[in-house]
Amino acid sequence: MTDTDVQVQPRKKGLTRRQKRRLSRGAQYAVFAAAVIAFALSADWGRLQNQFAQVDIAQRMFPEVITLALKNTVLYTLSGFVFGLVLGMVVALMRLSSVGPYRWLAGVYIEIFRGLPALLIFIFVGVAVPLAFPGTQIVGGTYGKVALALGLVSAAYMAETIRAGIQAVPKGQMEAARSLGFSPARAMVSIIVPQAFRIILPPLTNELVLLFKDSSLVLFLGVTLQERELSKYGNDLASTTANSTPILVAGLCYLLVTIPLGFVVRRMESRSQEAIR
Amino acid sequence: MSRPEIVIRDLHKSFGANEVLRGIDLEIGQGEVVCVIGPSGSGKSTLLRCVNLLEEPTKGQVFVGGTELTDPDVDIDAVRRRIGMVFQQFNLFPHLTVTENLTLPQRRVLRRDKASAARIAAENLERVGLAEKADAHPSSLSGGQQQRVAIARALAMGPEVMLFDEPTSALDPELVGDVLAVMRMLAREGMTMMVVTHEMTFAREVADRVVFMDGGVVVEDGAPDQVIGAPSHERTRHFLSRLLDPAMAEVEEGTGDRASEGEG
Repeated sequence: MTDTDVQVQPRKKGLTRRQKRRLSRGAQYAVFAAAVIAFALSADWGRLQNQFAQVDIAQRMFPEVITLALKNTVLYTLSGFVFGLVLGMVVALMRLSSVGPYRWLAGVYIEIFRGLPALLIFIFVGVAVPLAFPGTQIVGGTYGKVALALGLVSAAYMAETIRAGIQAVPKGQMEAARSLGFSPARAMVSIIVPQAFRIILPPLTNELVLLFKDSSLVLFLGVTLQERELSKYGNDLASTTANSTPILVAGLCYLLVTIPLGFVVRRMESRSQEAIR
Repeated sequence: MSRPEIVIRDLHKSFGANEVLRGIDLEIGQGEVVCVIGPSGSGKSTLLRCVNLLEEPTKGQVFVGGTELTDPDVDIDAVRRRIGMVFQQFNLFPHLTVTENLTLPQRRVLRRDKASAARIAAENLERVGLAEKADAHPSSLSGGQQQRVAIARALAMGPEVMLFDEPTSALDPELVGDVLAVMRMLAREGMTMMVVTHEMTFAREVADRVVFMDGGVVVEDGAPDQVIGAPSHERTRHFLSRLLDPAMAEVEEGTGDRASEGEG
């Protein structure tokens, strides 16, 4: 029973707990500093700068990288998000329906579209849809196709989020609404869904960030010059200039949007934590 | 008793194999105030929830204002507009202000125009003494204030009957009085009321009749002075003695089971 020995003579030998803790923390700092230094020394910064940080190439990208590429990225993302939200809402309600086939269909939809890479969906929309419905044009051209592809992907995720949000609204809310004479559908629209959306606003915003990045897949649909978004724009320019600076600039443009969005999400999360009744 | 407002005939309700109501017959006249008392798990809340069909009875009939609610073809939403319900947990809509809690149901369900909905909301907040809280959010109100708003919300729909499901059980003791005062006012105004409660003083003072339930049946039904003051059944006496003087209760067999059944 070494335990009891230590208790009887706590400071006889070895380090105290405080000393051990200090030592351990010091070791962690040392490892971190060593790793940073090793990385900084081993990378060839001169070549990196030459390839990725040519100021004159970066300058030539403005203002088009914002007015065209970033604008298109935002447009693609928002149209996909709106379509995905509407479709996700429908799928979530189907999943909660008392009609068996609706629940079943919604379940299949979610499993399929959550399980497939977004890239395959884009190819599917670009190739299979025109094949299956020859002659039909998807409304809005490329914008419509992107909205469809991004919407199909995000709807599967959002449906599960929305369903969880609806189920997180206390049962008493539906009972109160029904006892006031609301029909089930009207209670859902007026009372339950608005509360559910307050609950799921942070995860929905996260979904928006994911979509923002997935919008780069539009290049697999084939786009005109005017329809290029950040990734395609950066990539095209990188090949014409034989320099990767445009990729870095495009990357920074993504962060320009995603970092503030992430900040907003964290703010909302801490606020809703405080507001828990 | 004038013409019956609520009629319950041979009402049965089971949750799976658990039979909570075992044949209830009850009539409540227009303007009558009936308090339903009884131990936890006696089925009194289930009975109340069957009266506006929040629980679907397994067997039997429920009539309110002459309409049979248990008729499968009845427009239940239309009938419920005539029945106000007040819950133990208030169930105010937390995303709306106090006034919106009162106006939204009027506008969506009764299709009242904006101005009259607002006017009726203000009147009813005034009645429960909370006119100054019109723009507050429910979360900023005390439990007692929330429950009074919930009563005002039900009243704004112009109900002929009010159901109260343990309206003061979730309140801090010092807040109970305000809610009971509002209910007393309603009783005096002649509202037909069915109240599930543990407030014996209120039942004695305000109720026209007290119904004692145990084990899913009505054990005793009569004037408050009779049921609470001079109960004729042993089960009623036993329940009342435990309720009025909990410190004197003895450890007895079977109470463990009863507690684990929870409130029906």
